[in-house]
Amino acid sequence: MTTLAIETRERALLSGNEAIARGAWEAGVRVASAYPGTPSTETLQALVHYDGVDARWATNEKVAVDVALGASLGGARALAVMKHVGLNVAADTFMTAAYTGVGAGFVIMVADDPGMHSSQNEQDTRLYARMGLVPLLEPSDSQEAKDFTKLGFEVSERFDTPVLLRSTTRISHNRGIVTLEERQDVPVGGFRPNPAKYVMLPAYARGRHPVVLERLQRLVEYAAELVTEEGSDSKVGIVTAGVPYQYVKEVLPDARILKLGMTFPIPVDRVRSFAATVDKLIVVEELEPFVEETLRAAGIDVEGKAYFPRTGELSPDLVHDGLAALGLVEPRSTGPEPPTTVVRPPLLCAGCPHTVPYWSLKRIGATVTGDIGCYTLAALEPLATMDTCVSMGASIGMATGLAASGGSDKPVVATIGDSTFLHGGVPALMDAVYNQANITVVILDNGTVAMTGGQEHPGTGRTLAGQETRAVDLPALCRAIGVEDLHVVDPYDVSATLRAIEQAMAYRGPSVVITYRPCIEAPVRIKDRPFWVDAEACTACQLCMNLGCPAIFWTSETFEGRRKVTIDVDMCTGCTLCAQLCPPRAILPVEVDA
Amino acid sequence: MNARGVVLAGVGGQGVVLASAVLAEAALQSGYEVKQSEVHGMAQRGGAVVSHIRYGEAVASPVVPLSSADVLAGFEWAEALRWMPYLRPGGALVVDARRIVPPGACRDHRRWGVPYPPLDPTTIAGRTGEVLLIDATGIASELGNAKAANSVVMGAVSRFLDLSDAAWEKAIARFVPPRTVDLNIEAFHAGQGADTLDPADIPELGLDPLPERHYHIDVNEEWCKDCGICPSICPEFCLALDDAHRLVVVDEEACTGCRLCEVLCPDFAIRITAPVEARGGAR
Ligand SMILES: Cc1ncc(C[n+]2csc(CCOP(=O)(O)OP(=O)(O)O)c2C)c(N)n1
Ligand code: SF4
Ligand code: SF4
Ligand code: SF4
Ligand code: SF4
Repeated sequence: MTTLAIETRERALLSGNEAIARGAWEAGVRVASAYPGTPSTETLQALVHYDGVDARWATNEKVAVDVALGASLGGARALAVMKHVGLNVAADTFMTAAYTGVGAGFVIMVADDPGMHSSQNEQDTRLYARMGLVPLLEPSDSQEAKDFTKLGFEVSERFDTPVLLRSTTRISHNRGIVTLEERQDVPVGGFRPNPAKYVMLPAYARGRHPVVLERLQRLVEYAAELVTEEGSDSKVGIVTAGVPYQYVKEVLPDARILKLGMTFPIPVDRVRSFAATVDKLIVVEELEPFVEETLRAAGIDVEGKAYFPRTGELSPDLVHDGLAALGLVEPRSTGPEPPTTVVRPPLLCAGCPHTVPYWSLKRIGATVTGDIGCYTLAALEPLATMDTCVSMGASIGMATGLAASGGSDKPVVATIGDSTFLHGGVPALMDAVYNQANITVVILDNGTVAMTGGQEHPGTGRTLAGQETRAVDLPALCRAIGVEDLHVVDPYDVSATLRAIEQAMAYRGPSVVITYRPCIEAPVRIKDRPFWVDAEACTACQLCMNLGCPAIFWTSETFEGRRKVTIDVDMCTGCTLCAQLCPPRAILPVEVDA
Repeated sequence: MNARGVVLAGVGGQGVVLASAVLAEAALQSGYEVKQSEVHGMAQRGGAVVSHIRYGEAVASPVVPLSSADVLAGFEWAEALRWMPYLRPGGALVVDARRIVPPGACRDHRRWGVPYPPLDPTTIAGRTGEVLLIDATGIASELGNAKAANSVVMGAVSRFLDLSDAAWEKAIARFVPPRTVDLNIEAFHAGQGADTLDPADIPELGLDPLPERHYHIDVNEEWCKDCGICPSICPEFCLALDDAHRLVVVDEEACTGCRLCEVLCPDFAIRITAPVEARGGAR
């Protein structure tokens, strides 16, 4: 992304994430903590450019929420940022922070990913708001993303509660025009010890639960102030919020709409009086029938998911179809069948250091539990060497369980990226050592959080702000945990990697292989001398092709009925992997001009 | 004015996101309300990238509804086809004649052909208004940097939009790397004047399917000493050592007849036999 530098004009085109960062800065935020995750990542990457904010990457989302809560109790406005599944990790603190309340304003921005553009599930964060009894604001464009962020800090302080700010992919990654304002100066309030509020012993927590419920009552009244009503006097009223509001406006500009700014708690009485003015009430919302069910439970006659899908992302077209089924608009004319085109799945980069560990596991044969990161692409052809991928850090515990079940006829190997290992893998490795699981753990250390665009993490030795810091020493960490069979290998050395993994798998008990090689995309783009294929010598054996390197293509030339290959010199990063494999040595480095 | 809709489509690394930032900025400079929406994430890994830009007096949806884009710009032929359903009847199609075959398409080892759609605008006849098939990558290379192809495409796109050259130039200067501003502005103007190509002049890819062949892997168990060389080299993972460390053929279907196993076996214990009809073929 090229547009992350801060804007100085009065009206600027900002993505939702950039607008939230701007809003937090304008609100005087002082501490911000996040773990990267699409589509939320750019928020902190934008915020770190502003003065007066200590923005930092956390090891995981729970730590991010802990840090932000601590800052808030210290009297500094604080922000925590994560993708939807991050809140699962942070849920423990989140649920009890609802009881402690805040010091200064505390906003947790959570970005949902309806349609799973880049996620493992499409859970709906609004359900967490209800579980935690924490208010949730839902912006519908970049301007509101900024405004609601600022509002979030005010609501947080006024009601003494953490506030959830729910974005979605279409808010976070949509750019729109935003009016910029100055930063409010909010001084640090200072920490005021208050054990009955901040030490959640059972006796104290019992005192806080009624406070939370009483607060909720006041929030319901407040939520009514964030409602906007618009449109002609149609017989059908539409309750909506967030980006679905924009889709409704697109399809039916004069629709009679009640737009919610806060979708938890829902100002039910306000909706009831709106309902009284129409014959039929409809809810248009993405994912779960959250608003719909709340209204129905309150005795309001309403429909929603009967017309709009519960899975995936809404679109102007799906909203159009639903409104057409309700007889509010003409059905849209569907165009001709789309022309056939080629599928284009994502791939590991040319020269990706994750290639050989998986290629080796495919050769050796193993049941491979996977994890989340670029390397999850090794589940796809041609490597196709991953049997599970569930949640960050799950690979190691699942491998332990699979081995304990006795149900795998092959050795069990867990594969996990460096950031994912630090995020959630370390406790599971301790468990594997403690319980002497007969598994091998391959830690794919590429020195970055590559999947989300190359962020720093506690193992890289650099902070979000670009400062040098201590880096976690992965081999020392493994040894301290008690790993006895430990191998560190360069995954650009094909035979050494194959051998190291084979040896580790032969060890009875927990063994670890750390493959270390920087990602070729980040922190710096690596481009070495490229290779080319001597077509005369190539026997079209396909050994190189089956590495899955995207720089290798077929040509129109054949040998014994198989296609010969060629290398795109612009894409080739010179990793040498294919050349190490090529039996007739047909893959050669491009000669550098004298 | 109704909101105008433009869809830009290409492959990760082609500069689609940058081009869409430029267009959105040019619309902002012209005083319009603008929304621009893209999905990245997995797209960084060479996948498809698409960006929607909408501008006008007022814009609600950040994404272009189906069959309503005024212009569809494909930075690559197959991607242009993928997003055709967004183009409104009579809308303009701008497309770089470049073809990027996804590497994954090169893995059908049975038929040895790629399913890349033929570059033939007649296949989409009747769906579009004007079609501009241009050699954007070639034009940019001639100007000194193939990477400026995205500016050439945007120059061609500008022919169908009502934004001033001044707004475009300001927007380009704001987003491209400082050293390449002049080059990109030049590329943009080259795109404004680019001629449409005759598809007949564009060579075929030459990657149509070849005749299928099947092979038999014949292991002489008396000679094989289970050394493990062939399973460690077979490109298609047809061979393996089983739990008892014995060589087994696990996937004869996948054998492509490369004969690496036959050549490397120290004991001449493997023979690959092709069906009679194939043996007479090119060797
Ligand atoms: C709980 C949770 N937080 C964040 C993410 C987003 N995410 C996906 S993979 C990943 C990290 C990958 O880093 P690493 O393990 O180092 O592998 P790499 O991508 O560098 O290969 C992140 C942050 C997620 N899916 N789930
Ligand atoms: S970004 Fe890095 S880790 Fe991800 S696929 Fe590319 S080289 Fe591999
Ligand atoms: S050296 Fe070979 S495997 Fe490595 S990037 Fe180049 S073509 Fe791909
Ligand atoms: S490994 Fe060598 S011989 Fe085999 S297909 Fe690749 S270039 Fe040709
Ligand atoms: S001929 Fe090639 S593909 Fe077939 S089994 Fe032997 S090494 Fe594998």
